[in-house]
Amino acid sequence: MTSLRAFGAGLLAAAFLLPFTANAAEDTIKIGVLHSLSGTMAISETTLKDTVLMMVDDINKKGGLLGKKVEAVVVDPASNWPLFAEKARELLEKDKVAAVFGCWTSVSRKSVLPVFEQLDGLLFYPVQYEGEESSRNVFYTGAAPNQQAIPAVDYLMSKDGGEVKRWVLAGTDYVYPRTTNKILEAYLKSKGVKPEDIMINYTPFGHSDWQTIVADIKKFGSAGKKTAVVSTINGDANVPFYKELANQGIKADQIPVVAFSVGEEELAGIDTKNLVGHLAAWNYFESVKAPENDAFIKQWQTFTKNPKRVTNDPMEATYIGFKMWTQAVQQAGTTDVDAVRQAMYGQKVKNLTGGVAVMNTNHHLSKPVLIGEIQANGQFQTVWRTKDVIRADAWSPYIPESAKLKADWTYPWVCGNCAEPKFKM
Amino acid sequence: MKIFKLALLALLAVASPAFADDFADAVRGLNADGYSDKIAAAEALATLGDGRAALVLDALADGRLYAAPDGALLIEQAGAFTDAVTRAAASGAEATAITVNNRLRGVARGAAGRLALFSPDPSLRKRAAEAVLAQPNPESAETIRTALAREADAEVRQVMTLALATLDLAAAEPERRKAAIVALKGSSNPQVRGQLQRLLEIEAEPQVKAAAEKALADINVRLTLVDMGANIFQGLSLGSVLLLAAIGLAVTFGVMGVINMAHGEMIMLGSYTAFVVQEGFRAFLPPDYIGLYLPVAVPVAFVVTFAIGVVLERTVIRFLYGRPLETMLATWGISLMLQQAVRSIFGASNREVANPAWMTGGIDLAGGFTLTYNRVVIIGFCLAVLGALAALLRWSSFGLHMRAVTQNRPMAAAMGIPTDRIDAATFGLGSGIAGMAGVALSQIGNVSPNLGQTYIVDSFMVVVFGGVGSLWGTLVGALSLGLVNKVLEPYAGAMLGKILVLVVVILFIQKRPRGLFALKGRSVDS
Repeated sequence: MTSLRAFGAGLLAAAFLLPFTANAAEDTIKIGVLHSLSGTMAISETTLKDTVLMMVDDINKKGGLLGKKVEAVVVDPASNWPLFAEKARELLEKDKVAAVFGCWTSVSRKSVLPVFEQLDGLLFYPVQYEGEESSRNVFYTGAAPNQQAIPAVDYLMSKDGGEVKRWVLAGTDYVYPRTTNKILEAYLKSKGVKPEDIMINYTPFGHSDWQTIVADIKKFGSAGKKTAVVSTINGDANVPFYKELANQGIKADQIPVVAFSVGEEELAGIDTKNLVGHLAAWNYFESVKAPENDAFIKQWQTFTKNPKRVTNDPMEATYIGFKMWTQAVQQAGTTDVDAVRQAMYGQKVKNLTGGVAVMNTNHHLSKPVLIGEIQANGQFQTVWRTKDVIRADAWSPYIPESAKLKADWTYPWVCGNCAEPKFKM
Repeated sequence: MKIFKLALLALLAVASPAFADDFADAVRGLNADGYSDKIAAAEALATLGDGRAALVLDALADGRLYAAPDGALLIEQAGAFTDAVTRAAASGAEATAITVNNRLRGVARGAAGRLALFSPDPSLRKRAAEAVLAQPNPESAETIRTALAREADAEVRQVMTLALATLDLAAAEPERRKAAIVALKGSSNPQVRGQLQRLLEIEAEPQVKAAAEKALADINVRLTLVDMGANIFQGLSLGSVLLLAAIGLAVTFGVMGVINMAHGEMIMLGSYTAFVVQEGFRAFLPPDYIGLYLPVAVPVAFVVTFAIGVVLERTVIRFLYGRPLETMLATWGISLMLQQAVRSIFGASNREVANPAWMTGGIDLAGGFTLTYNRVVIIGFCLAVLGALAALLRWSSFGLHMRAVTQNRPMAAAMGIPTDRIDAATFGLGSGIAGMAGVALSQIGNVSPNLGQTYIVDSFMVVVFGGVGSLWGTLVGALSLGLVNKVLEPYAGAMLGKILVLVVVILFIQKRPRGLFALKGRSVDS
């Protein structure tokens, strides 16, 4: 028992000591990294923490920012939503970081939002999400629904996508899938899809027994009309879902599944031979051939010392967010939040897949949309992409209450969710 | 007539050089840049009526068609490349795969399917006819009719007749439509139901409409029965997963009374053992043996987790007997440490544990219900584990000692039973069983450091519901919870279904705090 107690005391001491190791000299610029390194989201978020560290390493090798070294303060909110808010406060108040890169799930973002607004910090949020938000203190570098969900559905309705007439909207039961499906349902109806041709299904996080649902999808798809599944299933639950699809013999050319949360990293845990042809919509695929992308993949594999490490969309979003922040800091000549925020608008960074991403005054990006089919090697093959970049809508025009709202943080609007400008011209 | 000729040509084509050029041109067309050009080429290839086309189209649909740097197209089959036109062996070292999308894949598969209707292999013919049945296309009607006329195999004939009948549903003459409905009446294929429903929406002829309604009602009755059967199977299958996860806990918690929060991590360690064994097979054995890694992983996982269980019992848990709260906290801490240890060694990402070929796929039974192999194997494995455990407890001397110690420790000690060793071995046994369960569960779910957490609550629920200390109760508890869950799920949804099950269990425990099968005896209250 004494040994256990001693062990516990040691742990406690270590926990108290940890922040002090992050203490730094005056001539550094500190940034916060707020990604879960343990718990359910560690799978996805650890990668993003490493991406930020790689970018920091890179900029320091090039001589730093404003002549100072950049230093990353890494904290672990442990997939615990209230802890996210606590750690965010710690980063802003105690470590006085200039900007924070972090969060994955929408619920973690919602949890830190009041902290960033109260303490006037800057958060760069790198994951595709449901939209319907624009905070003065957050820059959203992932896709909004009109940069992912809507183009994917458009593709499936096109001749190349198989002219789908019947839709299964399957998702994990939380805010992102529910909002996305609400937007998609309204969009499909506006395109003349009848309510009986839409099936909506929600499952809990980590759902593992997909027999009934896959059997239901099969039944729903046997009505003689071309059927597709739009999946907002998140995290681990995808692995058993795809396994069950394969086992019940659902092939991509019969009932294709298009997913918004399945990327290269998620596929690393699945045998993809039986999934060939199922789709995903993102703004980035590792398989895209472009000089920027090749360099990025090489840099990543060197940094992680693993020649097999894959890259994915949220990593690109982190990359763009970090680059934009450094450019804005250089332009402003300071890390002061207000100056940097002003410098962010119109800031341009080359996408890894070609074209240029632009930060808009609604704090969202203009980015290209890509649709890819899963290949036997666990990569995506791009089958369709937008000709140009698409500007993110913070508020969806397909939800009546949101259609009235506009996000624009420049004069005369200066508002994230207003029906009218704050200042009259 | 034309089709018959085509079919004949298909048989002759391999020997006939006259078609070689057309065929070679059409094949080369598959290497076009855009998908629409490729689709046109695939369609052209199909109408050529060349027997080799089926092979090429199949390869295209499966992504096994490659383009060599000199423009020749190669078919890959189990690692070996042959020229698509000349069938000569070729080197595929520099070849790149021809990209396909779903639409092209569908066209190629459909065309290959129509060609396969004349294949000498009856199973291929049946599959081709089923493909037509699934996606009836008026263009296939003539082909099917020709194929049906020459078909000798009764089973294939049946599918072809069905396929033809679904095509006839769109016929212009009401009599033909009615005849088609009569032919379809005995089917229990959900595709047929869908087609009849669509016919009903547009049918104007009252007689045909009545016949269709009647046929639809018949089919619906059969499909409802199939659904019920499917539901029971899914319930049993979920129940067997719950049971597998809970058996180990039935020993550590049920028999020994240790609230073992690290039970889930034993399952997780079992899954990781399966992963390690699989990697070992991949690294050191020829690929033919990979299917055997699973049977090897089961005993390995048992040994590994048994050893860890014994170590845990000797170093931590034995000091905490009789103090349930402290045991709970300590084992919970251990579970966190084990999770983090695995995360440090194997990384935070999921690890891929592949289903061996013999556990992938399933048999299609009537009515669109698929009996998936992995579920069947798991049900069997789970019953085998339970049976072996019951036999061990009932008939072995270790089982006797174990029961003696749990029922009355001082008396057992007085009789000369080494209670310490029995405790360690019992805890090890429970952990070992959890490890074996982990191997099985790696086949249906994720292998990640958090794997254990997904099962721990369910495991406790099963053991408490079934009755602490009763194996029989664990069996009945797991299966009934699985069945209730699956019966509720179609109506209530997965989320609400789970909640309802929890509510049912809570209410049940209020009424019978000792669960379904309560142990009676003096030791229970102490």
